[in-house]
This record gives sequence, structure tokens and C-alpha cells, in this order.
Amino acid sequence: MTVGLNHYLAVSGLLFCIGLAGVLFRRNLLVVYMCIEMMLAAASLALVAFSRFRGDLDGQVLALLVISVAAAEVAVGLALIVAVCRRGLKPTADELAGMKL
Amino acid sequence: MPAIEQLVWGILLLPLISAAGITLFGLRRPRLAGVLSVGAAAGVAVLSLLVFTGTPFGEWWECSAEWLSVGELNVPVALRFDPLSLTMGLIVAWVSFVIHVYSLGYMRGDRGFGRYFAGLSLFLFSMLLIVLAGNLLVLFIGWELVGVSSYLLIGFWYQRPAAADASKKAFLLNRLGDFGFLVGLLLVWSKTGTVDISELECKLALDPGLLGSLATAAGLLIFCGVLGKSAQFPLHVWLPDAMEGPTPVSALIHAATMVAAGVYLLCRVFFLLALPGSAALELIAWVGAFTALLAAVIATQQDDIKRILAYSTLSQLGYMVMAVGASSVSQPPVAAMYHLSTHACFKALLFLGAGSVICAVHHEQNIWRMGALGKKMPVTFVTFLIAALALAGVPPLSGFFSKESILASVLESNVAARHALFAVAVAVAALTGFYMTRLVAVTFFGPERTQIAGQARESGMILTIPLLILAVPSAFAGFWGIDSAYASQFKGAAVEHAGVFGRIAAAFTHSPVATLWGLGAAIVGIVTGLAVYWNAATDRLPEKLGLVAGWARNRFYFDELYAALNEATHEFLSRLADGVDRWVISGIMVRGVHGSIELAGRLLRLTQTGNIQIHAVLLGAGIAILLLIVLRH
Repeated sequence: MTVGLNHYLAVSGLLFCIGLAGVLFRRNLLVVYMCIEMMLAAASLALVAFSRFRGDLDGQVLALLVISVAAAEVAVGLALIVAVCRRGLKPTADELAGMKL
Repeated sequence: MPAIEQLVWGILLLPLISAAGITLFGLRRPRLAGVLSVGAAAGVAVLSLLVFTGTPFGEWWECSAEWLSVGELNVPVALRFDPLSLTMGLIVAWVSFVIHVYSLGYMRGDRGFGRYFAGLSLFLFSMLLIVLAGNLLVLFIGWELVGVSSYLLIGFWYQRPAAADASKKAFLLNRLGDFGFLVGLLLVWSKTGTVDISELECKLALDPGLLGSLATAAGLLIFCGVLGKSAQFPLHVWLPDAMEGPTPVSALIHAATMVAAGVYLLCRVFFLLALPGSAALELIAWVGAFTALLAAVIATQQDDIKRILAYSTLSQLGYMVMAVGASSVSQPPVAAMYHLSTHACFKALLFLGAGSVICAVHHEQNIWRMGALGKKMPVTFVTFLIAALALAGVPPLSGFFSKESILASVLESNVAARHALFAVAVAVAALTGFYMTRLVAVTFFGPERTQIAGQARESGMILTIPLLILAVPSAFAGFWGIDSAYASQFKGAAVEHAGVFGRIAAAFTHSPVATLWGLGAAIVGIVTGLAVYWNAATDRLPEKLGLVAGWARNRFYFDELYAALNEATHEFLSRLADGVDRWVISGIMVRGVHGSIELAGRLLRLTQTGNIQIHAVLLGAGIAILLLIVLRH
């Protein structure tokens, strides 16, 4: 059996769905963050796979950009979680309901 | 006629300048106000006489100045000089000159002296504008202006609530009538394209069917204005209240000239009313007859000297309106204008005499608190008696001739129920004799009923000379051929009578039935009046007549009826407006909009839980739906 584009995309989609489920249903903010990273990784995987099968490097360049943006985002996100903890709040999604009307 | 054309503008401008001058400079300078106003009135009297004599008998001419010119509409200030307007103008000018002089004495020392004369001058200007207007729109402007000056002068003593209310009532009821007049004017204009009187007459003469089925409506709408201004039933209630104004004002505006303007207007547009197929005249005749009878009955039971005269004026105006209504193309309304002219003189005289009496008894107006004034005030008494007899229609005084010509014209008219109309006219003549006898007998004869009446003295020269001047036409106007002047207007054959006895004889030979009935009615009225009221200490009529007298005393409860009607309508309308405001505007519209938005907001608020994951679900769902839609198409 040869591994084709569809296999890569299936793995990418599966990864994305697992990440999405984690974002939606897990309470702990750290876990939510990791799940977001997983969704970004799924997107990167799809980009690289497309790049490989089309025979050009556009997708790979985009994947590198995604990785750098994700790194910056994690830096901001982790800083926010640390700030939440410093205020004496639990870093869970339920606790942070300040946008309730 | 260039010389005369210069003069006629003077007739209009003199009183206008006087009104403006007094308002600007004379309100605090009584001497200046008096000189200006009386000077203007004298000037108008002289000029009107010059114009009258300068116009050949039976001819007419016009002059005009450009005023309003918008697109196709071109309305000049047109003045029309024909026998009708010239004779009427002459009477207005002279009667108001005499009353201006009288006012100098009557109003002396009043704080509003200047204001009074400003109003009087404004009135004179507007009245002359009505009389001389050659154009219905200009006439309408004068019509409104006399309404304003009447309002200002009725409410002259505005500190008295009764006077303020009366002026408001007069103004509102006049507005009601004038609205109809305006609609009628617009109707005529839209159908014929002109408001110029001569042009309108020409067009209607060429094509009598021009107004089509609207001829009756146009006539009656114009008659609405007459209902208001001449105080005909059902708008008659303002005139008696208008007696709250100063007595010379009552004499000039509410007896001699303004209220007669309605009759003048009817004669002015007579060609319109008498169009073939128009039923307006018959209705006009009956309205006039009803007003005449109603007012005459009420007059028999009033106690205020001015109110008796006011109801008498109403009744005589009804008489004139009836005479116009009984006329036709073959028998023009000469009798109505004739009676208008003589009535203007003797009714003005009656009011001025009443003013003289009121001054003498220290502003007491109840005739039952007077008595035996005849010996103490000889000039007032004699002139008042002449006017009263003229009003009752006793020969050879002026009222006899004009009243007989009305009776004759009613009897000869081609109104379907002319005999009923004639019976009403005769009854009114009898009642007129009765209430005037009552007034004279109670005021000037009998015992002195109060101490004030005992101390009364004859008024000064400035009051008595106008009385003497007015007594002349009241007595002799029947011999001056006023009727032939009016007859030449309508191209009717003017009957020439020779000498004094010739005229009296002509009244009997021309229409013996009408004259004998009229004379008989007057005699019956006077004799009954003397029998009941000679030397009477109190009014004995209520005991004898009971209910009828009570109704007449209370003016047939018209004021109360109107008040109740007004209140009921007002109540109903305000309830309706309240309901609409409460339920439709405030309920459905304001609260409905507010409520539905609030409900939507409350529902949407439920989604804003603040939980970031629910937001994310909604966001994801939204993107999924968008994707679905985009990919589908």
C-alpha cells in the first residue's frame, strides 16, 4: 500500500477534530492551549502534504509561518495564564466568565 | 374721469392712514386720535358725495391697481362704482361720520380713547373695501378685516370678562361662516376661472350653465359668509352678545353697516344666486324669515335696552335676507337694499339714542330701572321716537316705504310658499311694532322707577347733534328715491313718483294688499304694546303668556343648546383623541416597538453566558454554516 495525499489529509483532519474537541470540552486552560496547538499542527500537516504532492514549496513556507505565529501566540497565552494564576484564580474556562452579560 | 379716479383712492386711503397714524403716534394722545379719525371720516363722507354726484345716474365704471400676479392668477385691487356700491358707500360714509362725531362725546375721558378711534378707522377702511370691491377676493379681504375690527371693538373693554368672551364668540362664529364663504369663492374660481365681479357676471350671462349642478352649492356656500356676518340663524347668537362693546360701536358696526354687509354681498352676487336651476334663493328666503320671526319674539321679552335693539337688528336683517331670497331675475332685490339703507339710518339713530339714555342714567341698561325720561331728555326722546316709529313702519317715515316694498316683493315673488312667507313677514311687522312700543313706553313714559332715572339730564350737544342729523334721513329717506337708485343697478324700471303725497299714494296703489297688511300689523302691534305697557310698573306679559314669555326671555335657550352641543362634541372628541393616544400611539406604537426590542434583547442575552467555550461552539457553528452556504453555491 502506498501512502497518498488522502491519507495525510485524513490524519490532518483527525488531528484537527481531536484538537477542536479538546478546545470545546476541556476545562483546564493549559490543555485547551495544547489542543489549539494540535489544531495548528493539523493545518501545518495539511499544508506540507499539499506542498509535497504539488511539487512546489509554497505550502512549506506557509507552514513555517504558522509555526512562528504559534510560538508567539503561546508566549502571549502562557503569560495570560500566569497572570490569571497570580490573581488567585483557577486557570479553568469556567472561572473566567467575565464576559457574561 | 381722471379727477374722480384720484378721489376714490382717497376714500380708501384716508381711514387707513388714520388707523396707522393713530396706532403709531396717537394711542396716548386722545386729541390727535380724535382729530385724525374724525377728519378721515369727514374726508371720506365728502369724497363719497363727490364721487356719487360725479357719476352719471345709472352708470358704472371701474378702476384698479395691480396687486397680486402669480402665473395665470392675476388679482388687481379693483374698485367698482355702480349705483349699488355708490349708494351703499354714501350711506356707510355718512352714518359713520356722524357716529365718529358722537363717539368724541361718548368716549371722552376713556383710557383707551386712541385705541378706540384706531379701531373705528380700521373698520371704516375695511367696510369701504367691501362696498367698493370689484373683485370677490378683495371683498373677502375687507370681509375679514371688518371681522377683525369688530373683534377689537367688541372687546374694547377687555378687562370685563363678558366683553372679552363676547368678542371671542363673535370672531369664532364669523370664522365659521367665512370658511364657507372662502370655499364658495374657491368653487366659483375653479369653475369659472375668475373672481372679478363684472367678468363673472358676463361669463354667467353668456353661459348660465357654467357652474352646472354646483350652482346651488356655490350660492349657499357664499350665503354661509352671510350667515356669520349678518348673524342669521343658526349663527345668530353672537350679535346680542356683541352689545358688550361701546354703544357707538354697536350703532355703527352691529346695526348700521357691518351686519348689513351680508345683505349687500347677496345683492352683489345676486346674478350668481339667481342662476336658473339654483335653489339657493328659496332657502335663503326661509332662513331670513325664520331669523326675523325668532329674533322678533325674543326681542319682546328682553330687558336690556341694547339687547332689545340687537334682537330688533337681527330681526330686520332677517327681513332683508328674506327679501333677497324672495327676489328673482325679473324682480331684483331692490327692496332689500332699500330697507338696508333706511334701516342703517334709523337703527344707528336708535342705538345712539340708547347711548344717550345710558349716559344719562349712569350706565344702567335695564329699561325697568328707567322711566319718565321723555320730559327730561326731549331731544333724545323725540329723535328716538322718530326712529322707533320708522322701524315700526309708520307712514310717512322712511321705514314705512322700505318695509312696504319688502312686503310687496314677498307677496309678488315666485317662491313656492310665498303666502306663508308673507304671513311670517306680517307677523314680524306686528311684533316689531309691539316691542318698540314696549321699549319707548317703558323707557320714556310711565313712573320714574329708580332714583337714577329721576336725576337724568339731557346729554350734551356733541351727543344730541348727531341724533338730530340722523333723524333727518330716518324721517324723510322715503322721499329721496333711494329705491330708484338701486333699481337702476339691476336694470329694473325705476318707478318715478311725484312729490310727497305721490309717494305715499304710490305705496298704496302699487301693492295695496301688502301695504294694508303691513300697516295694519304695525298698528295692531303698537296698540297692543300701549295696552300692555302704558304706565306699567312691571312686565305683565310673563303672567299672561307664561311658558312662551319664559322661552323668549331666555332667548329660546340657543346659547345653552350650543354650549351643551359644544361640550358633548368636545367631550366625545377628547375621549376619542385620548383613546387613540393611549391605545394606538402610546400602546401599540411606542410601547410595542420598545417591548418587542426588549424581548428580542432578553432572548439574545441568554446566549451571552461568558463561557469562552460556548462562544467557541457558536463561532464554530457560524463558520460551519457559512462554509456550507458558500460551498453549496
